[in-house]
Amino acid sequence: MNIHEYQGKEILKSYGVAIQEGILAHTAEEAVEAAKKLKEQTNTPVWIVKAQVHAGGRGKGGGVKVATSLDAVKEKAEAMIGMTLVTPQTGPEGKLVRKVLIAQDVYYEGASKPLEFYVSVLLDRAKGQNVIMYSTEGGMDIEEVAHNTPEKIFKEAIDPKVGLQAFQARKIAFNLGLSGEALKNMVKFITSLYTAYDAIDASQFEINPALKTSDDKIIAVDAKVNIDDNALYRHPAIEAMRDKDEEDATEVEAAEFNLNYVKLDGNIGCMVNGAGLAMATMDIIKLSGGEPANFLDVGGTADAARVEQAFRIILKDPNVKAILVNIFGGIVRCDRVAQGIVDAYHNMGNINVPIIVRLQGTNAVEAKAIIDNSGLKVKSAIQLQEAADAVKEVLAGV
Amino acid sequence: MSVLVNKDSKVIVQGFTGKEGSFHAQQMIEYGTNVVGGVTPGKGGQTHLDRPVFNTVADAVNTTGANVSLIFVPPAFAADGIMEAADAGIGVIVCITEGIPTKDMIAVKEYLTGHKSILIGPNCPGVITADEAKVGIMPGFVFKKGKIGIVSKSGTLTYEAADQIVKAGMGITTAIGIGGDPIIGTTTKQAVEMLMNDPETEAIVMIGEIGGGMEAEAARWIKENGNKKPVVGFIAGQTAPPGRRMGHAGAIVGGADDTAEAKMRIMRECGITVVDSPAVIGKTMAEVLGKVVA
Repeated sequence: MNIHEYQGKEILKSYGVAIQEGILAHTAEEAVEAAKKLKEQTNTPVWIVKAQVHAGGRGKGGGVKVATSLDAVKEKAEAMIGMTLVTPQTGPEGKLVRKVLIAQDVYYEGASKPLEFYVSVLLDRAKGQNVIMYSTEGGMDIEEVAHNTPEKIFKEAIDPKVGLQAFQARKIAFNLGLSGEALKNMVKFITSLYTAYDAIDASQFEINPALKTSDDKIIAVDAKVNIDDNALYRHPAIEAMRDKDEEDATEVEAAEFNLNYVKLDGNIGCMVNGAGLAMATMDIIKLSGGEPANFLDVGGTADAARVEQAFRIILKDPNVKAILVNIFGGIVRCDRVAQGIVDAYHNMGNINVPIIVRLQGTNAVEAKAIIDNSGLKVKSAIQLQEAADAVKEVLAGV
Repeated sequence: MSVLVNKDSKVIVQGFTGKEGSFHAQQMIEYGTNVVGGVTPGKGGQTHLDRPVFNTVADAVNTTGANVSLIFVPPAFAADGIMEAADAGIGVIVCITEGIPTKDMIAVKEYLTGHKSILIGPNCPGVITADEAKVGIMPGFVFKKGKIGIVSKSGTLTYEAADQIVKAGMGITTAIGIGGDPIIGTTTKQAVEMLMNDPETEAIVMIGEIGGGMEAEAARWIKENGNKKPVVGFIAGQTAPPGRRMGHAGAIVGGADDTAEAKMRIMRECGITVVDSPAVIGKTMAEVLGKVVA
């Protein structure tokens, strides 16, 4: 699960990670109040207005602005709230900005120059352990850094037996070229960060930049925090941070029906049992000349009610020109699924796109007969290749 | 021969008396699997499906000599269940449970390094040796006896592949569903290695999907070991959008091996016959083995 920057920072702060302080605002008026309060708390001379959306690269799209007066805070917050922010990560359709974080300035002048670092914590799947990844090249697109200057990216693996050790935190601080107070603060930063990661069942932390200020503090200026969905049951307070406005509305609705649905940009919808077969079915659609409109795993049961829910979800997308149903009936019987499809079709009454139904497995022949004798505009198939050919045929007629 | 499980395997089910455990244990018994009992803490001493129920895995092992365990325990308790099975000396632990927190699996993986148990899964359909033992949730009738081994991250795609193999006139030795979670007990490479070393298996179907670097690792191992048996491969998710399920920082650690394209390219470079379409797995295997498809 993704959460916003302001929520991620709240969590980090509660574990002792120093952060760029800020106050959330939903309106321009709230933004001004937030700016006043923040000035009292931090004595910041200027404010940063930061769009709160679930996407990175906000600065590039105009989602991060500096305001030097309260009037400017109002003006910039007003312009930002309600705008559609397009960043390299949102796609061309962008994301609606519903709230902004009014944050303190942390790049103030002082005894030394501020320095930006990159710090992330994530799972190394191959080793089955967490790893802290860090670089002196903060504030940049880390994938570019990895591609152009891989020698500037360091990794520190965490032994699950003993967790992060002090020498590892020191090694990270030394590798980042720090000394004195800044080194001590980086050790504390890394230690608190990893404690937080472990405690909340995070699946990824990305702090970019982690800033050494001119007075040698180390603080998180941004915070991308992802939580392991499978562990949310033991973190109800974090689960409550879910912002459904940031998710695709159809995906949210599908999730309420326990359908695993991901919306895509194509023209052929699909409904499949099993995640691997669902991905494979998307691939078949592409190989047949179409583009998948979605990923949809209906899971083990495919009765009429469930098929109907799935069809309704798929058909919410106006780009869908046909639907391919691909069920491998192992434990679930194909004839039951076929009857479910026929019943769902009758219940809905207004399906205007061709449907291809491929049912293989237990009672596949009986299932095909049910589909063929239903009198509905449904093409039936048993072999996967037949289904692929049917998609081609349908596309030729569209 | 065969790998992991066979007709002599003595199988117990953890979560035996639950809905899932009961249903699939029954199916396994009907298939002919030697299910010797089950474990449900607090129900020890009862009889379920004509077989004894034990409070602990250790009790079950001591009484029945069980050497394989199939786990249907809910996600919050599954890691504990795996470790209990390992502690009791179970040789092959198959965990079906989907949704175990990653942090729990990191601990499990660490725990297992001190034990001899092999873990298959979690989040997998299980393991089946055709006509001998079904230890999982797969439809048994699909897996007719033959000489092809299957390794797959996905459930229904395994059934699809097995069905195509059988329809093309061949059959299955053992099918291993290794699971779709980020951390799993047995990797693609380890499963492929088992089948390469199995004298009964003549060729292997290797099915992967986007994410992680296991397929590339397996492909490189196959090449380094002289491509001893033909392998037909497929990677699901050629059309999956980037970044939907994986954080971009994760893609850096995994290297460029994460996408379907990259995995398929590496597999081809390592001498694996990679199919673009999942509809031709069986047909391609027949061609590779020089068989005429009816």
